[in-house]
Amino acid sequence: MTNRRFNLALAGALAALCLATGAEAQPLRLLTWADYAPKDIVDQFTKETGIAVEVTLSNNEEMISKLRATQGSGFDLAQPSQDRILGPQQEFGIYKPLDLAQIKGEQFIASMLEATKKNTTVAGKVYGVPHIWGTDGLVVNTKLAPNVKDYSDLCGAGLENKVSFRTKRPTLIAFAFAAGMDPFASYGNKAAYTAMMEKVGATLAACKKNVKFFWEGKDPLLAGLRSGEIVAAMAWDTGGWKLNGELPDIKFVAPKAGALGWIDTFAIPARGRNDKGAYAWINFNMRPEIAAKVAASAGNFTASKGADALTQGKLKQQFQESFPQAAIDNIKWYPAVPAGIEDIEGKVLDRLKAGS
Amino acid sequence: MMRARGLAFWLLLLPPVLWLGLLVIVPHVEIAVLSFSERVGPRLYEFGFANYLEFLKEPLYWRTYARTAIMSVLVTAITLVVAFPVAFYIAKAAQGATKAVLFLLCLLPFWASELVRTLGWMILLRETGLVSALLQATGLAAGPVELLYNDGAVILGLVYGGLLFMVVPLVNALDSLDFSLVEAGFDLGGSRIDVLRRIVVPHAMPGIVAGSIVVFMLTVGNFVTPALLGGKNGLWFTEQIYAQFITRFNWPQGAAFGLLLLVLSSAIVWIGLRLTGQGFGETMRRG
Amino acid sequence: MRRPPLRGPAIQMTEIADLSLVRVTKRFGAHAAVAAVEFDVARGAFFSILGPSGCGKTTLMRMIAGFETPDEGDIAIRGASMRGVPANRRPVNMVFQNLALFPTMTVGENVAYGLACRGVARGEQEARVRAILSRVGLGEFVDRRVTQLSGGQRQRVAIARCLVLEPTLLLLDEPLGALDLKLREHMKIELKRLQADFRTTFVYITHDQSEALVMSDQVAVMNRGRFEQVGSPRALYRDPASAFVAGFVGDTNRWDAEFAAADRVRLPGGALVAGRRFGTASAGPATCFVRPESVALAADAAALAGLDNRYAGEVVSVLFDGANSTLLVRALDGGFELRATLPQTGALAGVEKGARVQFGWAADAARIYAA
Repeated sequence: MTNRRFNLALAGALAALCLATGAEAQPLRLLTWADYAPKDIVDQFTKETGIAVEVTLSNNEEMISKLRATQGSGFDLAQPSQDRILGPQQEFGIYKPLDLAQIKGEQFIASMLEATKKNTTVAGKVYGVPHIWGTDGLVVNTKLAPNVKDYSDLCGAGLENKVSFRTKRPTLIAFAFAAGMDPFASYGNKAAYTAMMEKVGATLAACKKNVKFFWEGKDPLLAGLRSGEIVAAMAWDTGGWKLNGELPDIKFVAPKAGALGWIDTFAIPARGRNDKGAYAWINFNMRPEIAAKVAASAGNFTASKGADALTQGKLKQQFQESFPQAAIDNIKWYPAVPAGIEDIEGKVLDRLKAGS
Repeated sequence: MMRARGLAFWLLLLPPVLWLGLLVIVPHVEIAVLSFSERVGPRLYEFGFANYLEFLKEPLYWRTYARTAIMSVLVTAITLVVAFPVAFYIAKAAQGATKAVLFLLCLLPFWASELVRTLGWMILLRETGLVSALLQATGLAAGPVELLYNDGAVILGLVYGGLLFMVVPLVNALDSLDFSLVEAGFDLGGSRIDVLRRIVVPHAMPGIVAGSIVVFMLTVGNFVTPALLGGKNGLWFTEQIYAQFITRFNWPQGAAFGLLLLVLSSAIVWIGLRLTGQGFGETMRRG
Repeated sequence: MRRPPLRGPAIQMTEIADLSLVRVTKRFGAHAAVAAVEFDVARGAFFSILGPSGCGKTTLMRMIAGFETPDEGDIAIRGASMRGVPANRRPVNMVFQNLALFPTMTVGENVAYGLACRGVARGEQEARVRAILSRVGLGEFVDRRVTQLSGGQRQRVAIARCLVLEPTLLLLDEPLGALDLKLREHMKIELKRLQADFRTTFVYITHDQSEALVMSDQVAVMNRGRFEQVGSPRALYRDPASAFVAGFVGDTNRWDAEFAAADRVRLPGGALVAGRRFGTASAGPATCFVRPESVALAADAAALAGLDNRYAGEVVSVLFDGANSTLLVRALDGGFELRATLPQTGALAGVEKGARVQFGWAADAARIYAA
């Protein structure tokens, strides 16, 4: 183990020597999502600042688990969703407060920056600023499943073994909204929230006959939709737009109950060693021309002011088709998740996955 | 002189002690301690049995636990039944180069990672996959057949993954079987079943036990195969552990589950050894 | 040359033979391991097949046991053809060369195996196992592991394991090969005793002529897939039908020679030997055999006056072996050497190397075969 680590370190040192360029600066260790740090952007950043970037791909739960395991060390910058900062921070203390003076606030869409700051404030200190946002909704093969307009339609007749969703919290939230409930309003009331989730759990259990598989990674899901084995799924907008580019019948549909809006943030781990690099990366990424490129790579929109205007036509057009103004107004933005809520959801999800 | 010998002795003892201590005992002790802590508030934990009580109270958890145990025993049994003729052929019938080639064929799938192997099965078994297409082409099925996401697919994948670990100890054990014993078995009036049951199987017992222990342990602790091939109704206990540790951030509960899995697999191995009348130490020496 | 089928001396034809082979042939590729072998074994006989390694005797035995199928011919046991009958259905049991005791079982379980396969009730199994083990003198060893037994005891377990099934025929494949000399001598007597005791027909294969001669009622000498001769040990010894049998059975002096006349051969050294000729050829190469015990030794020539062949010789070495002692003698003018039995009671009992002796034998004692 030690040996291997030593070898790795040695190899890393050699590589650094060969590249020579940013040899004096520490690398920035970035914990992020797939497509959020495309290679050309990383290269440009390194060229400008002399700071190399080591990218590790992850998702919300793994980010929290990884940082928790190391008590906030091992990475210099992470990108959790804005609603997933408060609880874990209270519970595990894995992030450090942001020094907002180091961040060029004028580069952000002001409303989004304020909302994120508010949601990620713990004990008066801000822990996150927004980067990329998008929605969860329905990806539908409009030819094979023309009637799917809302989350609950996934459980409709005639779709046996043909739909998919994740066994994760967005699914519970979505089906709660689809059933006319407001889960966000019950965040503060654990008993009410538990009852609500039990109800949603029962709905989903009854829906299982329609589920082909619970998707985890987006690639098997997209493959299923492409082949027609899956005709409708609850998924991210970006996946739907990607498929729409290949197969026009497949569309991202903003559900009647409202798409679920998420914002992925920048947050600095408690024991990050390269805050300078982290702030440099944040400011670099929020530059409109950079943000536009990242948006194209991720297939989503960013919180950068002015990047929208630079976004290429196709994505914009797809967005407009999926989101008429009413649908945009109907997006349910996740409020911060208080600690304890995920335990309630977890059990419902476990039971859904295991039970029969 | 005495001092030097003493030093050498302690130095030689150091690696196994470090190995056992750092990689086996310390992590398990830590897991055990963790499993007895309950959360009473943010960043506040107390000693308690809540995690184990939770396991007992929640049918979801012990059902998954029982399901994992039963299916693992089943997988081990099927692997044994499939591997035995293969091993017998390799050990007793194949000669020279054929033997090496057959062994290599068994080994070949293991050059790819478990993930790749499992994805291979997914490609074969999915509704638009090869098997489904073949069934339709031959007229055995009217429409597309979904062979994935059920317990059968999980068992298939696990048996496939365990096969090599069963074949190797079996070949080892059967290699030493003098073929004249088999002939004597027939000569004295035994049927094929008699010879198999009374002569070949007892001879191969150390290999059977060693292979079964390894396959069972690998199966119980497998994660990728049940997660990918499994159905929407089927959860493996390791998935529960993963869920507790990674998606629920509930380490104490995950630790309790981990410890329970350890107890479960040890208990089943112990029962297996008891039932077959084999000693663990003897098995490890001979196998 | 095709030999007429060889049969043993008359057996009671009223009784069906326990084993009879009719023109049994087995080929491996172009090579005939067993070529048109025919013989009968009478009930209760101890029948041996004697031959050098590679002569086909093991193949022959495996065909009788049912592990190989003859390409031609038929094997019958008590008159019933064994064609298509698998090994486990034949009333034949076999003691393997390495005994093939089941190492995972105790002595008792080894013996009970065949009974268990037949579905004999457990209680009866136990009684029969105990009975047979005490008959072979292993009554107290029922619960021992076979690995804890001595070589001779293992031998007896292997035999008991077969005999408990009361087979028509017991096949023994060189079972004494692995034993040391003392034990082998002992086991010869033991086997003979067991056979007499159980009255089971034994078919015994060996390359050791002494085992075959000592134990058997009938011996078949096998060479290159064929039977050279079948007969009682005494007949084989006294009256070998071929040069091979003459050379293989019993101790003998053997010379390659040349016919000088119909009943006289010339040895390579020039000496002429008078003998009895077998076969039709009377010219060309020949082989001549004289048994050591047929050679008379004397201090002076007058004592050998009645013999057809007489030579003066010199003792090359004394091979002392008690009652089996022999002298190696070289003929002074014939240029050949031979072994002669040295009686330990006669005048020459104390003869030393280098001594001059007279030796000779009757023409009847020298056997000449066309080569």
